[in-house]
Amino acid sequence: MPSRTPETRATSLFMRYAILVLVALIFVFPLVFMLVSSLKPSMQLLSDTSSIRAFLPVGDISLDNYTASFARAPVALFIFNSIFVTSVTVVLNLVICSMAGFSFAFLDWKGKDVMLSIVIATLIVPLETIAIPLLLVVNNLPWIGADGIEWGWLNSYRVQIVPFLSDALTVFLFVQYFRDLPRDLIEAARIDGASWFQIYAKVIMPISGPVIATAAILRFLAMYNQYLWPLMVTQSEQYRPVMVGLQYFFQLNTDWGQVMAYLSMITVPVLAFYLALQRAFITSIASTGIKG
Amino acid sequence: MAGWLMAGPSLAILAIFLILPFFLAFGLSFTNQRLISPNPTEYVGMRNFESLLGVGTLTLEPLRGENGDLILEDGAPTYPRLRGYTRNNPDYPHLNGMREWISWTWGENRVYVLASDVVFMRALVNTFMFVLIVAPLQGALALGLALLVNQKLKGINAFRAIFFMPVVVSMVVVALLWRFIYDGQNGLLNTLLAFLTFGGFKPVDWLGNTSTAFGAMIAMSIWQAVGFHMVIWLSGLQTIPEHLYEAARIEGASRWQTFVHVTWPGLRNTAVLVLIVITMQAFALFTQVDVMTNGGPIDSTQSLVYQAVQRGYGQQDIAGGSAISVLLFLIVLSISLIQRYLTRERT
Repeated sequence: MPSRTPETRATSLFMRYAILVLVALIFVFPLVFMLVSSLKPSMQLLSDTSSIRAFLPVGDISLDNYTASFARAPVALFIFNSIFVTSVTVVLNLVICSMAGFSFAFLDWKGKDVMLSIVIATLIVPLETIAIPLLLVVNNLPWIGADGIEWGWLNSYRVQIVPFLSDALTVFLFVQYFRDLPRDLIEAARIDGASWFQIYAKVIMPISGPVIATAAILRFLAMYNQYLWPLMVTQSEQYRPVMVGLQYFFQLNTDWGQVMAYLSMITVPVLAFYLALQRAFITSIASTGIKG
Repeated sequence: MAGWLMAGPSLAILAIFLILPFFLAFGLSFTNQRLISPNPTEYVGMRNFESLLGVGTLTLEPLRGENGDLILEDGAPTYPRLRGYTRNNPDYPHLNGMREWISWTWGENRVYVLASDVVFMRALVNTFMFVLIVAPLQGALALGLALLVNQKLKGINAFRAIFFMPVVVSMVVVALLWRFIYDGQNGLLNTLLAFLTFGGFKPVDWLGNTSTAFGAMIAMSIWQAVGFHMVIWLSGLQTIPEHLYEAARIEGASRWQTFVHVTWPGLRNTAVLVLIVITMQAFALFTQVDVMTNGGPIDSTQSLVYQAVQRGYGQQDIAGGSAISVLLFLIVLSISLIQRYLTRERT
């Protein structure tokens, strides 16, 4: 083996960082371009793409695009819809799936094994393959509203929420996590006369922080970034989430400055959230893989 | 009792919104169901599948004049019109209604592969191409990135966080941003290539050309998702015990030898997982097509899900969309069974 002098070690270190920085640039440049462009008038934005100015906040910089995009489309409504649908779905999904996971992991009941295998089998059915018949299903479901029973769920919050209140991956994550918990915890609580629901709520859930975080992050990303389903089920703007609301900026003449401002508004909060909790994000993705 | 009660809500929701539509898709694909229709639904047998999958071949001899010479047009032989064979020709009932999918010249003759639904065939082939290119390429690039960020260097976590960043950004946003990168006149990619070649590069309309559009979409899709699989690889890398690397160092193994004999064998299970996950995600190709190209130019970026949505939602032809969904599901199922068989534990 050739002996390594301090110089070659320094060069090798430099090379490693150079590669890392180069790759990092590939991953950030479109996002930098988005943020910088959101501050520029459309004309300048389009001409700037022919030089490095595309990535620099130079020229006529202002927040005009942001105010203009609020005037152009009901941006606040779209953001509210997205936050409302996403948060309600994530919270209820975690409750429903963790209860199911608890039942599969700790309770004995007839048909449990069959049910669990069916749930796991649904892992390989992507939403995209059932979206069309699901559209027919939700179009024929009843709902008890203010004026009695009405039929059809299209154009509502519920059509964006209810179908996603349970999913195989989340159930599976909870089952996996619960199975690794020590069984004496349960037995001690049983001896104390606690009901199964009390054990779930008071004993198990309080010590399930990691899996709750994992599931919450995965659900949050999937719901907030959803596109195909809300595109099909929200024809009226009243219930549209941010990703579908984007269409407003492409009607008539497209103002790219406003588009960039809108994209920044719907992306930056998620990015900030991610950067603040990046360790948890990355661990959660990793944990779905470790046991596979 | 408690068991059923606690699992009940989850099972009920999966049953209504996943399993029911799943079986409905099978049932509806044999009917003429529409989203809203005044006429009752009818059973139509295999008709939906026949109109999607029907293919036929036809070999045509060149036209000859009365003396037996070829009739040339601009120096090339001419052939009878295809429509004579595919429009109610009693001698060719199996080709009725088909259109040209692929054709080539074979000696003097012209060979045509005809399809009942050329757009669907394009979508089918594209989707397979997308999976076949993206699965190995993205898997390998993700592993490369994982090895990069698995080094013990100061600040490596920051790089890891940056490589993962596009994963949290919606594909809708990503696809729109990449339209600027691929733009034909002032696109960022053209600008960069012109700069690197000192202006020698002629601008390309990446999404407007049939030869580049699909490749451009593939590159962007990998850019968006590769960080996700980097993290899965990384978790696999970190399960490999340190003492194996130490042993390799003591034996004087090169970096490549260490990778082949220590790292790769330790990643076997992770590799299976990564491959299956990427394959399933790749088959669901939709958002990129919808935001960037609408399937164009000339159907070069069509995909199965895009076609299913176009019919089932756009044209309200639930039965046609369901038939495509069923085919897609059968493909995904058989691929994952094949993958599982090929990557099974050999004892």
